[in-house]
Amino acid sequence: MRHILSILMENKSGAMSRVVGLFSARNYNIDSLSVAPIEDPTLSRMTIVTNADDDAIEQITKQLNKLVEVIKVSDLNESRYVERELMLVKIRTIGKDRDEILRLSNIYRGHIIDVTEKSYTIELTGASDKLDSFLENIPKGLILETVRTGAAGIGRGERILKI
Amino acid sequence: MQISGAQIIVQSLSAENVEYVFGYPGGAVLEIYDAIYQLHKFEHILTRHEQAAVHAADAYARASGKVGVALVTSGPGATNAITGIATAYSDSIPLVVISGQVGSPLIGTDAFQEIDMVGISRPCVKHNFLVTDINELAVTIKKAFQIAKSGRPGPVVVDVAKDVTQTMAKFSYPQEDVVIRSYQPVLQGHIGQIKKAIQMLSAAKRPLVYFGGGVVLGNATQELRNFVRTLNIPCVSTLMGLGAYSADEREFLGMLGMHGTYEANLAMQKADVVLAIGARFDDRVVSSPEKFLNSPKKIIHIDIDPSSISKRVKADVPIVGDVKNVLTEMLSIWQKQEVSFHAHTLEKWWKTIEEWRVQDCLRLPETDDKELILPQFVIQTLAKITNNEAIVTSDVGQHQMFTAQYYPFKEPRQWLNSGGLGTMGVGLPYAMGAYLAHNRQKDVFCVTGEGSIQMNIQELSTCSQYKLPVKILCLNNGYLGMVRQWQEIYYSNRESQTYFESLPDFVKIAEAYGHVGMRITKASDVEGALREAIALKDRLVFMDFVTDRKQNVFPMVGNGKGLDEMVLPIHMRDNKS
Ligand SMILES: Cc1ncc(C[n+]2csc(CCOP(=O)(O)OP(=O)(O)O)c2C)c(N)n1
Repeated sequence: MRHILSILMENKSGAMSRVVGLFSARNYNIDSLSVAPIEDPTLSRMTIVTNADDDAIEQITKQLNKLVEVIKVSDLNESRYVERELMLVKIRTIGKDRDEILRLSNIYRGHIIDVTEKSYTIELTGASDKLDSFLENIPKGLILETVRTGAAGIGRGERILKI
Repeated sequence: MQISGAQIIVQSLSAENVEYVFGYPGGAVLEIYDAIYQLHKFEHILTRHEQAAVHAADAYARASGKVGVALVTSGPGATNAITGIATAYSDSIPLVVISGQVGSPLIGTDAFQEIDMVGISRPCVKHNFLVTDINELAVTIKKAFQIAKSGRPGPVVVDVAKDVTQTMAKFSYPQEDVVIRSYQPVLQGHIGQIKKAIQMLSAAKRPLVYFGGGVVLGNATQELRNFVRTLNIPCVSTLMGLGAYSADEREFLGMLGMHGTYEANLAMQKADVVLAIGARFDDRVVSSPEKFLNSPKKIIHIDIDPSSISKRVKADVPIVGDVKNVLTEMLSIWQKQEVSFHAHTLEKWWKTIEEWRVQDCLRLPETDDKELILPQFVIQTLAKITNNEAIVTSDVGQHQMFTAQYYPFKEPRQWLNSGGLGTMGVGLPYAMGAYLAHNRQKDVFCVTGEGSIQMNIQELSTCSQYKLPVKILCLNNGYLGMVRQWQEIYYSNRESQTYFESLPDFVKIAEAYGHVGMRITKASDVEGALREAIALKDRLVFMDFVTDRKQNVFPMVGNGKGLDEMVLPIHMRDNKS
């Protein structure tokens, strides 16, 4: 099952590689990862999307907690959460495709952030399945390039991950 | 007053009351070696290989319960140390390894003798640091010791850039523990869980205590003994737990697992409530969790490391905490609430166990040639003449398992070997570290094989330099015996690369290093030779026992088999109950 793990850790060189190294050393896969410092610049928050069964997730969580620089780990799936991912996609747009792609972009609340005679670059945010679905609706062969950040997730309502 | 980074390191180690540093010099640590020379705060033991330095520091920690310290240079010194670090990591041994690193301006340039030590050691340390700022040096060493010895212990590497050792700064060593906000091990067990555990245990018909190295590391031997005695329940030990419960006590059924005793393995398989204490259901203990759980059982699991609980076998009652605290708490509640087992069910359980025990699974095998030396017999004899009280180290192989089976250890920290990683080559450096940990006051015996000893045989030189009169018992079967055993059983006797055709003359090797060598070829000479070696108080004696080439270690639980599916020793094969 797909899990979103949220990790609060020291913002120190090496801390991130410890987390990533733990996944590879124990043969777990990382589907996506995003990390940045938070309002307290001595801390970073990392969101990891991984696919594993509940027992494996329990092990991963415990192993992450064991890392000296990790302060807290939370499996967002345990209750309600929201997630967002950012995607930039460059699409070939010649002739009638220009209108078509623009319409589709509007439906998905995308922003066109760069335009040339032959292409649009569109910025989209959303849960990753929404971004997948956008890509599926673009006619094959028109996608020139995509780049996606990992997911960033946060618990809904009062649920807070803090020291 | 300002002092150099190198001096800060020496002063910091001294502030930690370090008695011995095991190490090997090189360019990146020259400054530190100079500071050691000038300040003379502790004894430095120069090994002949960095691997041995780390093993010796590890043994010092195992034997004394304190933190072991090793010092190595950058690049090849650091990589040579890795096997030692990984060995300590697998057995949760508290260690601080200081490694030199090239100067900060050179880091990342593929400089001469540069290796990314923080990167290369990451998978086998509890934590590691790279120090490039002199102002961080003392506090980092403090943190390293704190992390190494607290919670679940483990090795910590402090990689120090060479320029830091040469820079001057003011020195002050933190008196109190440094607060590390992201590191706070849980020490007290959850009281609700403890009560649940007691309830579960008292309802048991076939209760069993299964303990491991965590009891030794947590210095909880006394608590374990009180608990087991008060409840009058059987207990079994892992390889790492041997000695935590005295082997000559009735409650103790022996080691369990791949080469565990008949009674220990059956008791583990048939128990209905297993209380696991500082043990982790390692694959050498429970090869097949499915088969283990075949017979219905409940599991209570105490461990300081939450990730050890429910990793291989799901616990019904997990208790995270320091074993010493948890056991004390459990016993006091047990006594206060006057809980007890149903007397006759426990009696019945004991009766079954005694029936298993009388089978005597470790009886010496019969031989036609009475003068053939059985490796098991050498260990038995050693136990007899040392009154089960010696400090014994071993390497890895059949001789290690024979020692675990045939030496009835009485006390914790009496038995030193590589349980988790299974590192050949630890035996001699372990003996060196243990001998020093006991202030050169106790006899230390290293049981080894002709294969293992050659992995760090150069340390015979260190032993002559520092006068470490350890006694080496080489059970020389002319084979990588444990490998041969597997080839015999699983590969139809195809002895691929296990036969040693060019073994050296160990007696001459010992003599070449300035020690005493003995070759023993007859069973009737074993005891005399051992006594003679022990009598040579101030000399290292290398005893080359030419043993039966084809002995195997039994009982044996094959890979993927249940604990009740042992291959039994020959004398038990027909009348298997
Ligand atoms: C460094 C290392 N390499 C390889 C092994 C695999 N191994 C385990 S036991 C063994 C044979 C040991 O032979 P020996 O030391 O002669 O002891 P014996 O089994 O004959 O008692 C080997 C090769 C190991 N444990 N460690």
